[in-house]
Amino acid sequence: MRDPYLQVSGLTKSYGSVQALGGVSLDVEKGEFVTFLGPSGSGKTTTLMIIAGFENATSGSVRVGGRSLSNIPPHARNIGIVFQNYALFPHKTALQNIMFPLDMRGVPAAEAERKARAMLDLVGLSGYGDRWPKDMSGGQQQRIALARALVFEPSLLLLDEPLGALDKNLREQMQIEIKRIQKSLGVTTIFVTHDQSEAMTMSDRIAVFEKGRIDQIGTPQEVYRTPSTPFVARFIGDSNLLPGTVLDPDQGLVRTEHLGLMRLPSRLAAAAGAPVTLMLRPESIHLAGLAAGVSEDAPNRADISVHTVVPYGDSTLLIGRAGGADLRIRLRGPEADGIGSGAALSVLWPASAIHAIPAV
Amino acid sequence: MLSVLNRGAAAPGALKPWLLLLPLVLFLCAFFLVPLGQVALMSVTEPEFGLGNYAHLTSDSLYLQVFINTFLTALGVALCCLLLGYPLAYLMAQSSPRVAALLMLLVTMSFWTSFLVRTYAWMVLLGNNGPITAALAFLGWNPPPHLLFTRLSSTLAMVHILIPYMVMSLYSVMKRIDPALLRAAESLGARPWSVFRQVYLPLSAPGMVNGATLVFMICLGFYVTPVLLGSPQEQMVAGLIGTQIEEFLDFGQASAMAMVLLASTMIVLTVYHRRFGLDRLWG
Ligand SMILES: Nc1ncnc2c1ncn2[C@@H]1O[C@H](COP(=O)(O)OP(=O)(O)O)[C@@H](O)[C@H]1O
Ligand SMILES: [Mg+2]
Repeated sequence: MRDPYLQVSGLTKSYGSVQALGGVSLDVEKGEFVTFLGPSGSGKTTTLMIIAGFENATSGSVRVGGRSLSNIPPHARNIGIVFQNYALFPHKTALQNIMFPLDMRGVPAAEAERKARAMLDLVGLSGYGDRWPKDMSGGQQQRIALARALVFEPSLLLLDEPLGALDKNLREQMQIEIKRIQKSLGVTTIFVTHDQSEAMTMSDRIAVFEKGRIDQIGTPQEVYRTPSTPFVARFIGDSNLLPGTVLDPDQGLVRTEHLGLMRLPSRLAAAAGAPVTLMLRPESIHLAGLAAGVSEDAPNRADISVHTVVPYGDSTLLIGRAGGADLRIRLRGPEADGIGSGAALSVLWPASAIHAIPAV
Repeated sequence: MLSVLNRGAAAPGALKPWLLLLPLVLFLCAFFLVPLGQVALMSVTEPEFGLGNYAHLTSDSLYLQVFINTFLTALGVALCCLLLGYPLAYLMAQSSPRVAALLMLLVTMSFWTSFLVRTYAWMVLLGNNGPITAALAFLGWNPPPHLLFTRLSSTLAMVHILIPYMVMSLYSVMKRIDPALLRAAESLGARPWSVFRQVYLPLSAPGMVNGATLVFMICLGFYVTPVLLGSPQEQMVAGLIGTQIEEFLDFGQASAMAMVLLASTMIVLTVYHRRFGLDRLWG
């Protein structure tokens, strides 16, 4: 099999007694857009800085295009980085900022300027070459930083929470913009964020970080539909996590602590009696009698008494008690009309909506 | 000042904070502005009314020589402070907070020792029987050079006294340089020297200008050190003013020189202000 383009294997990093990374491995294909998603302090920046060469890993290796990066200083790695606070040189104009990496590579001034102007075009700031960074908005500075990190055709593009400082509308606009530019240049990209919706909309694949490790790597659909740990299920989207015990693995039967018997769509790869966590997304739970095409047979149903109603406009979140635990239900559009706090409801869900997370 | 008073008139309550300044204003008036006015007056009235003292300044090349000498010395001191202070401030800015604090303490230590003590210490060090002369003689420099009472000795001592100002000016600017900028430069392909030359040096330039201006201005009016350590043949303005008064009782001539020195300092300040804004001078 062909080697992956970027190969990160077994990275560990300790700061004194603090272990920042406990064995991070991942492979990235050429041209892929991979997002590091995880809470603050989970090791995303540390991994990025080791790839960039600003930190030394305690152990493990990084290879790009089959070549090991250890012993190559950051300035020789040919990796473009966009920092969270943009890190534009305040004493250089936008154009001079973009020309800087070309300058460092000895590109003749005329050609460097031509390339830099083409880059300004690409990020949609053609007329802004002579502006000083301080005279530009956050979004514009972000685009200049992106142009500067891309103009020298880096082998990798790393972005560390680049949209953290922008307001919501601008964020969404920049998400689309970054994705468009990344696609048009086909540059292999690692994007760091702690915002799961950002990760969902932008990525080819998402690597979910927890406590210095990657819990799961997969497409946005995979990590959303089939999370491999309870942490991933909780971190990405809204979920109901139901602890239980495998009853009959061949028939896919599980006894949950709070909602009784559940039937899964397929057989389980676990022994009878093994502990298991079932994940049920709130939006796949329906009101009994309204759910077209969902079998009304027990066991995949529950009776709940609603205690909280949260309207979101396009949908409504209901939280109710069932069997001594909370169940979260997301109803679309007008389905939830007339349901108030205190209502008693009967709900059900298709077997296909249940995902079993093996206990670790 | 006028606008402040106007605002105060519009809102009587707003005047109160300015009352706190009153003691200082009175003090400065009584002991600075009034004597300064007297000096200005003397420069055109002693020994007789007119611009004779100023005319004398321009006609006798001795005075011009002293002014040029003063400027060159101040320039040299500022330059030496910059060259010596830059690496030190750089080291401090790169160090951990604890090491930086320790270095800062060492730098400012010379602030805590008396000015005169330091000057006399230099006399001991550089004197004909001092360790440096002895060392030079031992190394075969025969006869050993006279170090004391030369431009070298006064420059050395002034650099020693003024270098904390330079280091603090540089440090306060260097400390504010975002390390992410240096990393960014490196990731964009800059070797360590280019990172320094293209990013660090230009971003620390305000500190260099601040420090050099400060040292230069203080140096222009320096009295004790050049008088005690410098060459009598290469006097600086402040020293010459002292001589005029002590030896010739020529208050008029001395006052005229003081006014010209004051004007020179104001010109330096004005140029600095036009170019960089005075509010930045103190970090
Ligand atoms: N220079 C450092 N010294 C000590 N601990 C550090 C240092 N950098 C990071 N850490 C620790 O390593 C862990 C991972 O940090 P980081 O990679 O910055 O997380 P993230 O980017 O996911 O928020 C955190 O617990 C953090 O406190
Ligand atoms: Mg981080």
